[in-house]
Amino acid sequence: MTAHQTIESKAPPQTDDRTMTGAEIVVRGLVDQGVEVLFGYPGGAVLPIYDALFHEPRLQHILVRHEQGATHAAEGYARSSGKPGVVLVTSGPGATNAITGIMDALMDSIPMVVITGQVPTHLIGTDAFQEADTVGMTRSCTKHNYLVKDVRDLPQIIHEAFKIATTGRPGPVLIDIPKDVQFAKGEYRGPGEVASTHAYAPRTKGDQNRIAEAARMIAQARRPIFYTGGGIINAGPKASQSLREFAALTGAPVTSTLMGLGAFPAADPAWLGMLGMHGTFEANNAMHDCDVMVCIGARFDDRVTGRLDAFSPGSKKIHIDIDASSINKNVRVDLPIIGDAGSVLDDLIAAWKAGGHEANKAALTDWWAQIDAWRARRCLAYRPSETVIKPQYAIERLYELTKGKDVYITTEVGQHQMWAAQFFRFEEPNRWMTSGGAGTMGYGLPAALGVQLAHPGSLVVDIAGEASIQMCIQELSTAIQFDLPVKIFILNNEWMGMVRQWQQLLHGERYSHSYSDSLPDFVKLAEAYGAHGIRCDDPAQLDAKILEMINSDKPVIFDCRVEKTENCLPMIPSGKAHNEMIMGDVEDIGNVIDAAGRGLV
Amino acid sequence: MNNQTPASAYDMAATEEAEQTATFALLVDNEPGVLHRVVGLFAARGYNIESLTVAETDRKAHTSRITVVTRGTRHVLDQIEAQLNKVVNVRRVHDVTRDPNGVERELALVKVRGQGVDRVEALRIAEIFRAKPVDTTLESFVFEISGAPSKIDKFLDLMRPLGLVELSRTGVLSIERGVEGM
Ligand SMILES: Cc1ncc(C[n+]2csc(CCOP(=O)(O)OP(=O)(O)O)c2C)c(N)n1
Ligand SMILES: [Mg+2]
Repeated sequence: MTAHQTIESKAPPQTDDRTMTGAEIVVRGLVDQGVEVLFGYPGGAVLPIYDALFHEPRLQHILVRHEQGATHAAEGYARSSGKPGVVLVTSGPGATNAITGIMDALMDSIPMVVITGQVPTHLIGTDAFQEADTVGMTRSCTKHNYLVKDVRDLPQIIHEAFKIATTGRPGPVLIDIPKDVQFAKGEYRGPGEVASTHAYAPRTKGDQNRIAEAARMIAQARRPIFYTGGGIINAGPKASQSLREFAALTGAPVTSTLMGLGAFPAADPAWLGMLGMHGTFEANNAMHDCDVMVCIGARFDDRVTGRLDAFSPGSKKIHIDIDASSINKNVRVDLPIIGDAGSVLDDLIAAWKAGGHEANKAALTDWWAQIDAWRARRCLAYRPSETVIKPQYAIERLYELTKGKDVYITTEVGQHQMWAAQFFRFEEPNRWMTSGGAGTMGYGLPAALGVQLAHPGSLVVDIAGEASIQMCIQELSTAIQFDLPVKIFILNNEWMGMVRQWQQLLHGERYSHSYSDSLPDFVKLAEAYGAHGIRCDDPAQLDAKILEMINSDKPVIFDCRVEKTENCLPMIPSGKAHNEMIMGDVEDIGNVIDAAGRGLV
Repeated sequence: MNNQTPASAYDMAATEEAEQTATFALLVDNEPGVLHRVVGLFAARGYNIESLTVAETDRKAHTSRITVVTRGTRHVLDQIEAQLNKVVNVRRVHDVTRDPNGVERELALVKVRGQGVDRVEALRIAEIFRAKPVDTTLESFVFEISGAPSKIDKFLDLMRPLGLVELSRTGVLSIERGVEGM
């Protein structure tokens, strides 16, 4: 703890007087919303709020080292706890630095409330010092945003922001507060005392007729599949339980998007692994050949569908989503149900039982036989080595050595992220935090800090790449300051591996600017920050060193030197269908993708 | 154009569906920035705006009405409607084009310059269209015309060879027939 924080905080004035400054309204509003932790960075335009925080022992402020770190930390906190993440930053560069994480939260539907300072009202529009059009710039990357012009509106806006961020399809909400509004006095009103002026009212309960029809369709299916996504995680742990119950009733296999990992247990025999571009052979083929697809809380993202006109051509599609605009956006579905994943799943279970439905056992036996044939292809197999650490092996060992422990995984973006998704096995929701929709390098370390704050006694590991980790490495200093013993497990291949892989596949092996040159000595870097550094390049020593990492009570950087040019497979190349995967044993990888596929991302 | 079938979501625009015009009436909160949210949504997602009108409609209820005319395939129009419904400040979205009770009207000011027979012909056609001259010089008229957008288009087609020099249109306004309000 720093000297500053050991200064005795005075208790907030406990008077009936509800008249207070805008800054005090903000702090009081956060407390009344149940906020315990916020991630921030001070500056001129938020100093009144920082002043109000000084006297508020109920809010723990985590001082990050870059505002992007604050947003990702808030995401990790939110994703692992189900509570909204809260961010406080200053105007101008403070706000723009936060934008990447705000966009990331929008793409992955993470509940987040961002408070930005703004120059005083009378200076808005004058190009004042650190003035930026924050609401203008964040309009398209927030679920909603506000510029507060009058302190009298502030209590309502704060409470409404939390409601909008956390209900319906969750997302980031930004409140831009000019400095004079922070100083102005106004009357505080609590969450129950404000009336929303907006018509915002997301629909959570699904249409009962459609649910009954869905139950019928699933019961009649011969080759059903559940395609599940982050919406189930967002719907809360109960939704994951309901998914398990309903899947068991129907006997259908379950696959999931990157964002949905953990909603269904990897240990369950019905689990097919992840689907999509780097999904398993069995999951993608089952998606392609199914006759009834039940999509729950996923959005037919292009990483998942592959070639659209060849996407699961013979199936009837049921789509359960809380966001009406996700329906028929990329893929036309036969039966849309708008509602909360958990609520609709519960209703589906009830409809299944009420309708006296039974799964078609004979058809399912054939379906599972087919799936077992696909499984026998062992799509994740890789060539083992006794001399170099294979990246897949490193994840496998990390998984085995942390199994049964209370562990949370975050990732950066690249091959290591996909290997983590393929080889780390999740049994529970909220244990896996990754940047899916946005693919933001630099996400993993700050996200891990947020997770560790929400789960102080747990083991939190950021599975990283040597390139990604350098994007928010400064947050290691935050980890030290707040005693957050996160473990950074770098699969160091000295390449922006995912870029190198695409260049090999798509660009004639012209490795343009994808080599990670001039890398720091990660062990010394760890030590420079006051963390523990470990290096390993020998498969025989890997287990011992992973245990050393787990058993350290400090933050750790683990520089795991892996095979440099390993490719992440299997893979659906751009422009191909689910049943046209490149497998690990492909001969000529440079010629798999045709000219049309090269134009896609 | 593109004779290949779409290979990914990025080729969605290449699908062969016919485009149509649609008019959406939006009831929105009357707050700064709301128009930007709506227009920004169109810009960000690559939708076209063919006409746009906005004005406050109820000061006490704090609402404005936006009427936006756009083009797209049925699939894109459904997506636009769903996206508009997601904007927190949008209270209601009404697809006027699909509503048999929808009424659409527009007003235009049309300046026509000409002499002799052309001038007489312009005035005669204006009468047929119930367009009202609001300004006259010896060699020009300014007509005010209102009606369905297609009627105005027709009128303009006829005025063009007679000396159309300037045009100002309000964009489409719409309302539903019958007793119910939006
Ligand atoms: C902020 C950002 N910039 C660029 C990219 C594009 N990109 C995706 S993966 C990748 C390489 C990541 O390299 P590394 O962290 O070493 O991971 P590896 O693929 O080697 O496991 C890059 C540059 C991105 N996803 N995010
Ligand atoms: Mg790398």
